[in-house]
Amino acid sequence: MSISHAPPGSPEPDISDISKADASRHASPDSASSASPDLVPIVPTSSRRTRVPRWLRRTTGPVLLLVLWQLLSATGVLTADVLASPGRIAQVAGDLIADGSLADAMTTSLQRVAFGLLFGTLIGTGLALVSGLFRIGEDVVDAPVQMLRTVPFVGLIPLFIIWFGIGETPKIAIITLGVTFPLYLNVYAGIRGVDSQLIEAGESLGLSRWGLVRHVILPGALPGAMTGLRYSLGISWLALVFAEQVNADSGIGFLMVQARDFLRTDVIVVCLIVYAFLGLLADFIVRSLERLLLQWRPTFTGR
Amino acid sequence: MATDVHRPVTTQAVRVEGLTRSFDDRAVIDNLQLDVQPGEFVALLGRSGCGKSTLLRILAGLDRDIEGTVLVPRRKAVAFQAPRLMPWKKVWRNVLLGLPGKPERTVADQALEEVGLTHRSDAWPKTLSGGEAQRASLARALVREPDLLLLDEPFGALDALTRIKAQRLVGELWQRRGCAVLLVTHDVEEAVLLADRVLVMDDGIIAHEEHIDLDRPRDITDPRFAELRAGLLERLGVDTAAEAA
Repeated sequence: MSISHAPPGSPEPDISDISKADASRHASPDSASSASPDLVPIVPTSSRRTRVPRWLRRTTGPVLLLVLWQLLSATGVLTADVLASPGRIAQVAGDLIADGSLADAMTTSLQRVAFGLLFGTLIGTGLALVSGLFRIGEDVVDAPVQMLRTVPFVGLIPLFIIWFGIGETPKIAIITLGVTFPLYLNVYAGIRGVDSQLIEAGESLGLSRWGLVRHVILPGALPGAMTGLRYSLGISWLALVFAEQVNADSGIGFLMVQARDFLRTDVIVVCLIVYAFLGLLADFIVRSLERLLLQWRPTFTGR
Repeated sequence: MATDVHRPVTTQAVRVEGLTRSFDDRAVIDNLQLDVQPGEFVALLGRSGCGKSTLLRILAGLDRDIEGTVLVPRRKAVAFQAPRLMPWKKVWRNVLLGLPGKPERTVADQALEEVGLTHRSDAWPKTLSGGEAQRASLARALVREPDLLLLDEPFGALDALTRIKAQRLVGELWQRRGCAVLLVTHDVEEAVLLADRVLVMDDGIIAHEEHIDLDRPRDITDPRFAELRAGLLERLGVDTAAEAA
């Protein structure tokens, strides 16, 4: 690049230092050929973009991590009683799948999350609608919900065990509680964040109150609701882990507790992977849902 | 004149008597009188903050904190400065939004054809250009077959070329539909170009009224046009002598 330099062909030695730069700039029209600017091609996006499909690019990171782990195990840096190697874990996973114990555990755990999500979504969205749509609902509902929100829901496990025993109920209740608040907050904020100009436009078009809710407020709150759902899903797995570590006799958490008692790091890692995989799957579902429901959004989608 | 098109002149399209609207004890509209005939095109000029948009919002039924008598047609429609399309509804669904019953898509497509936007019927609002969005907003207003069309600076956010086209479109639509139009604007030329009657609002009342008797289509190079324009500008406190020099 020669932008910051005087053109090499036009030094004028008998002019003093102070005006040198100035002089060379004046001189440049005469020596146009040597002073012409560097031309840099603007590369079209299509040719710059790699041909590797997006899903493949997104999987490279995890795969690299896995390779590194296997290398560390193979070289003996990572011993089996600290963390089993990926190969050993894959083998154990195969065994667990083959004898059906993993499938059983997953079904039980998924059921717990599904029920917790269902109840949490119903309660969280319901409360948010009441306090978002009605002034009186806000006054009655919002304050207690904001107060309860500050209680760490995991801390309620002992109380839930006293109330609901040690069956499925306290586990589902914990997940429900964890799911409710992020959904409530985001749906409520989404409803209150709907552009007042659009509401006014809806009014001027003669929409009834219900029509406004259905055609303007609820679709406008949908992006917030999706954000809430994402948070909720994340928290639901977290709640599941906590719930299953306590007094579980089935489920992934139970498998883990059992494995801990026998120092089976391989089984623990398999369970962790299952948790991670389920979390990933849930995230994928929400993303797909967003792409489907929020395709109208005029936001940047990334390259 | 437009007062003799389509509808018999039996009653007014807008009747406002003794209208007052105050914000924190400050009267933005102060005992205002206004009559608009059916089929009449009225432009409302005024400096910013003079209450002209407030008046429009009152006529649209969006602001009901008022004193006095306001009579407006049951079927009225508004087009705002921003198109205010629901981003989550495709253009044709936006057009049909709020119509009673379950109207067919063809109803929307007819209105979109009138504004020359049929090809964008199935588009998301985010993909429309400024002019297209504004035309969609006009179609949404027209599909209601309004007896009164309220336009709140609908061309304000458009670029110069698009604005000329949009103004022409509004003129044509009005002549075809024969509905009363109240156009709120700060563009004197636009007002003289389109309106039968230009009102200047100041201090919460209609301070000045000007009937525009020029033949349509109007020619902005007509000396009488320039004269009307200069007169109105002077009313609005803009010195046109300096401009002429």
